[in-house]
Amino acid sequence: MTEKKAGFLGRLRERLGKTRSGLLDNVKRVFSGRPRIGEDVFEDLEEILIEGDLGVETTMTIVEDMRQVTKERKLENSADLFRVLEEELAGLLEPGDHALNWTSSGDDPHVVLVVGVNGAGKTTTIGKLAQKLRAEGKSVVLGAADTFRAAAVEQLTIWSERAGAAIVKHADGADPAAVAYDATDAAVARKADCLIIDTAGRLHTKVNLMEELKKIQRVVGKRLPGAPHDVLLVLDATTGQNGLQQAIQFTEALNVTGIALTKLDGTAKGGIAVAIQKQLGIPIKLIGVGEAVDDLQPFNAREFVEALFE
Amino acid sequence: MFESLNKRLEEVFKNIRGQGKLTEKNMKESLQEIRMALLEADVNYKVVKGFIADVQEAATGQKVLDAVHPGQMIVKIVHEELVKVMGEKNEPLRMADSPPTILMMVGLQGQGKTTTAGKLAVMLKKKGHRPLLVGADVYRPAAIKQLEVVAGQAGVESFSLGENANPVDTCVMAGGEAQMRNCDVIILDTAGRLHVDAEMMGEVRQIHSAVNPTEILFVANAMQGQDAVNSAKEFHAVLPLTGVILTQMDGDARGGAALSLISVTGCPIKFVGTGEKLDALDAFHPQRLADQILGMGDIVSLVEKAQEVVDQEQALKFQEKARKATWDLEDFLQQMQQVKKMGSLGDLVKKIPGMNKMMPKGMDFDEDELKYAEAIVYSMTPYERRHPKIINGSRRRRIATGSGTSVPDVNHLLKDFQKMKKMIKKMMKGPKGRGPKGRGPQGLGPAGLGF
Repeated sequence: MTEKKAGFLGRLRERLGKTRSGLLDNVKRVFSGRPRIGEDVFEDLEEILIEGDLGVETTMTIVEDMRQVTKERKLENSADLFRVLEEELAGLLEPGDHALNWTSSGDDPHVVLVVGVNGAGKTTTIGKLAQKLRAEGKSVVLGAADTFRAAAVEQLTIWSERAGAAIVKHADGADPAAVAYDATDAAVARKADCLIIDTAGRLHTKVNLMEELKKIQRVVGKRLPGAPHDVLLVLDATTGQNGLQQAIQFTEALNVTGIALTKLDGTAKGGIAVAIQKQLGIPIKLIGVGEAVDDLQPFNAREFVEALFE
Repeated sequence: MFESLNKRLEEVFKNIRGQGKLTEKNMKESLQEIRMALLEADVNYKVVKGFIADVQEAATGQKVLDAVHPGQMIVKIVHEELVKVMGEKNEPLRMADSPPTILMMVGLQGQGKTTTAGKLAVMLKKKGHRPLLVGADVYRPAAIKQLEVVAGQAGVESFSLGENANPVDTCVMAGGEAQMRNCDVIILDTAGRLHVDAEMMGEVRQIHSAVNPTEILFVANAMQGQDAVNSAKEFHAVLPLTGVILTQMDGDARGGAALSLISVTGCPIKFVGTGEKLDALDAFHPQRLADQILGMGDIVSLVEKAQEVVDQEQALKFQEKARKATWDLEDFLQQMQQVKKMGSLGDLVKKIPGMNKMMPKGMDFDEDELKYAEAIVYSMTPYERRHPKIINGSRRRRIATGSGTSVPDVNHLLKDFQKMKKMIKKMMKGPKGRGPKGRGPQGLGPAGLGF
């Protein structure tokens, strides 16, 4: 891991350059190897987008749009089409609020509830986020509401020590809603700037576990009206089309405000996030491109796409 | 898993079946539909391409166009090809000729390696082995602690040199430790790592050459998309993988990654993880999965699972009653208790042929709801259980009070019972007796059983 600080776009390029080289090379090959637009260009584009996990439906829409545009603007050069594609993707990703707004009324903490399926990277994301906020001089409280998975509380405790954040925890197997309530209580009492609540990973198809999340959201709001201010759905970039189901179910149960897209430093493209934004309008707020603290980055659609196709 | 793929293919096959004769044109359409369905199920683009080509070739060879029932023929060919890709039969765990057997768990982060290691330990312990769980993940905070807790839950031995030790040393030392503790199977839980991380891949290679494992098991989650082929390929290039364990199969992922993984590694899928509990690990049966994909139901594994836990006599009695439709609330209760032993309900129901078709979309089974249902039935008199028709308003109020539920809950349960009874009657007529489309039991209230 490189420790040197890079600017946001630099870091992204540095990381994504590696991550996305596959997709990038492919796209470039299609558009540069075939200067003139023919049917084969659209077929290759379809393959690339599907292999990027954008999904059949999103892919077909984009390819169809590209066909339309080519016809309407009488495009002949594939480089021009490439620019249109960039616009289209940025246009898809842009809507919505992509920032985590660390503001709340008065002295009250900004409360973030972190949810997702098992193994998506919730606790690691919280650890990095806590370190980041601490580095900015904010006071942070962590709520260890994953009382189910073995040693999850220990894992978060280690992160809290690394970050210098306070942690509220109960014994393993305790009611997660009670932990969340106590954490909110403690964060309010301490006048902390932020409270981040970790929850157990759960498959979105488990009805009772989704009910449990609703309860957590409810009791937090009871202790501090308006909270949680953000509900982050952590999504593994290697996730396929099931990611959309995850987003649908979690959104149905909770007021999900954004996606944290993790593990983008592998070869996965994370294209399902595009489909999620397109179909559900849930913006990506954070991206994880590595294991260092600096590898958790705020999301910016235009720069993201720029770095993608650079 | 595969539910949507299943539905999609069913549509396709229904179309084919409906047409008396298969023409060149609708054959092409069908293959295109199958292609889309597989892509939507996350099977890798290139794998799909190969698969469709194979099906097409097989179809041409078998003269589908002239066949009497061309639709059936296509179904058969797709089924055969699926089985061909996924392997003919279940590959059991390889055990060393002389102990210890060393199982090495590898994979990306967050796939469920530690949990799966615990599940394997539970399974092996049941078979009379003495497994030793070895914590070699020194990177993720508290990973070793997690393994120790899991070992405690599984009731097996665990060992680690701790987070400051070199994981290679931990794995090597585990050999002597196993001997000392009289353990015959060593399960190495290595850290999750990215296939593009050269340093970490070097470490896992070192562990491999130092311990020479009997099996190298690639743990991968079933929700993965197109990239599954890339990571699997890389891992396979660095380590001679011997098997795959597919986790999180209890969600609604279509699980196309399974096909992709097998295609690129050539390794059999040995087990699938089907829940959060430590006994939720099933042997993978390709033939049955192919049946499931094509909507034939996984009746064989249902029967096997039932044999493990169900009182045989009672099961026979149940069958008899179901056929004669003298099935009452007492059977309902007994059945529920048996079913509870068998694990996830939703999982189970999907294994019943024809059930997939009868189930409304998005229906889920909640084990907790069983408790309410049980309480309600327990609050009835034996006579009421045998003659549910006599349960009138005042009886319902009494039952609700007795069970700590409400009258609507009781109503719900009775309704569900009636629906289930009807459905069983239908099922007993054979898997071909399809339920009316889109009309299953709708209610899933607190007492909703979803049958």
